[in-house]
Amino acid sequence: MLEVTNLTRRFGGLVANDAISFRAEAGGILGVIGPNGAGKSTLFELITGFETPDEGDVRLDGRSIRGLGPHRINRLGVARTFQKLKPFAHMTVEENVMVGIMQHDSNLRRARDAALAALDFVGLLDKRRVHAHGLSTGQRKRLELARAMGTRPRLLLLDEVTGGVDQRSIPGLIELIERLRREGMTIILIEHDMQVLMSLADRVVALHLGAKIAEGTPESIRADRAVVESYLGASYA
Amino acid sequence: MAQAPHAPPAGEPRAELERARAEPVRTPLSAKQWVWLALAGVALIAWPHVFDAPYQRHVLVMVFIYALMAQGWNVLAGYCGQISLGQAVYFGIGAYSAGFLYANYHISPWLGMLVGVGISVLVALAIGLPTFRLRGHYFAIATLVIGEIGHTLMLNWEFVGGATGVWIPIDRDSPWYSFQFHDNKLPNYYIGLGFLTAACLVVVWLERSKAGLYFRAIRDEPDAARSLGVDVTRYKLVAIMISAAFTAVAGAQFAQYVLVIDPETVFPLLLSILVVLMTMLGGIGTLWGPIIGAGVLFPLSEATRVWLGGTGGAEDLMIYGALILLISVFWPGGLLALLRRLFVRSGDA
Repeated sequence: MLEVTNLTRRFGGLVANDAISFRAEAGGILGVIGPNGAGKSTLFELITGFETPDEGDVRLDGRSIRGLGPHRINRLGVARTFQKLKPFAHMTVEENVMVGIMQHDSNLRRARDAALAALDFVGLLDKRRVHAHGLSTGQRKRLELARAMGTRPRLLLLDEVTGGVDQRSIPGLIELIERLRREGMTIILIEHDMQVLMSLADRVVALHLGAKIAEGTPESIRADRAVVESYLGASYA
Repeated sequence: MAQAPHAPPAGEPRAELERARAEPVRTPLSAKQWVWLALAGVALIAWPHVFDAPYQRHVLVMVFIYALMAQGWNVLAGYCGQISLGQAVYFGIGAYSAGFLYANYHISPWLGMLVGVGISVLVALAIGLPTFRLRGHYFAIATLVIGEIGHTLMLNWEFVGGATGVWIPIDRDSPWYSFQFHDNKLPNYYIGLGFLTAACLVVVWLERSKAGLYFRAIRDEPDAARSLGVDVTRYKLVAIMISAAFTAVAGAQFAQYVLVIDPETVFPLLLSILVVLMTMLGGIGTLWGPIIGAGVLFPLSEATRVWLGGTGGAEDLMIYGALILLISVFWPGGLLALLRRLFVRSGDA
């Protein structure tokens, strides 16, 4: 589905992404882990077109999407959420979701009904008429999910969906992601919570200082020496 | 309703979803609101016949022109979030296109108005294309600079009259061709009201369309809009073109109303600032805000001009600047928010 080859991005002297290559298979959940500053978010920016790689390529179903703008990449079927949440604060929850839907249907009423279905899916239906700035962090994460789903993506990039959310809300979010997978969506997931990652991902890519240091099943990553040293810490050894 | 940490399991009866689908997408006007709207319409149509002194009509003609211009700024800044500080450029282009072409080539100002709209839209594109790709306040700064460039250019461009401007020749024989009405101000009044109404209908359409939804998304979070398939640059350009067109129509009407235009009256920074203040005072990003703002501020600015005298100093600029600051800090909803609160409090909403 998605193939990243030799992806490199430098900011001045800093190499944020250093020749990263991996594939995300259709229908799977790929986890991306690494300590702060490992280049996870930069990787997402490169895949979704918010940044342009200095070297390397991003291919979606065999076709290069390198250099395309974010809105064009989204229209090809790639949606994302933001680590630093970006709700349309002065629009209602319903309108937030309609934005992504309207690329498929300019009819306000039909777009609204599709938005209601997405809000029902994430459990925010009762908040549909609230302005997005009135939502809690957990609700905002759900809103970002519903908004991204509205664009009908085939590939969904989730940047720390459970980060900053109270523990109580995490199982619900995990269940949501499971349900998205069951509906056939391919998912790439940046995740700090190892428990969440282990329960969701089929494969994991580990980054450190901008480079890929390991890739494999969650179990093999947990046992990987380089990963343990750079990220997980001694308690996992 | 209690917060549900988990999404409801599939297959459960969807009473809530059915209820939600039955709701209208946009709340329609209530019977009471229709009555108020109809009353306001009748009042505006009847006004120049009830208050028939030239000055009483004049105030409303000017309010219509300013409100149209403010609505133009509102589409771009209030809905789409792009702060322009150079709207006078489009106003001036509209005024000069109508006035200059008539004065020198006897081309009907109606056609001149269309030419002005065309040039304004092209200038707007020339401003937007390079600056909309930049982030932050570059657009605002660019429009400020372009406003000043336009002003200076017109002061020194002798072909269109330089600092003297354009004196539009009086024509009493063919008022509709010359867009001049000397018997009374009634035609100016109704033309102004008509254009303003048309602009408001465009805004009503925007509030119910994909473009309007995209504008507001771009205003709130351009990156999120981008990630959801919105061609942000393209829609900003749509917004600035609508804005420039409204403003140029206002400028052309103004030229044919006052019949003397020069760079100091149609290209000044003061004018660009005034429409910002009018919109913010009334209520930014709302249909009625620019109209309320223009309706309150134009008479006030006339009064202060008498009070301060035409010293050519920057007193009014300073006052307007201070007001913009105060409104944005303490009163971001403007007069409209205040009116709404009063109505709700008296139980008459």
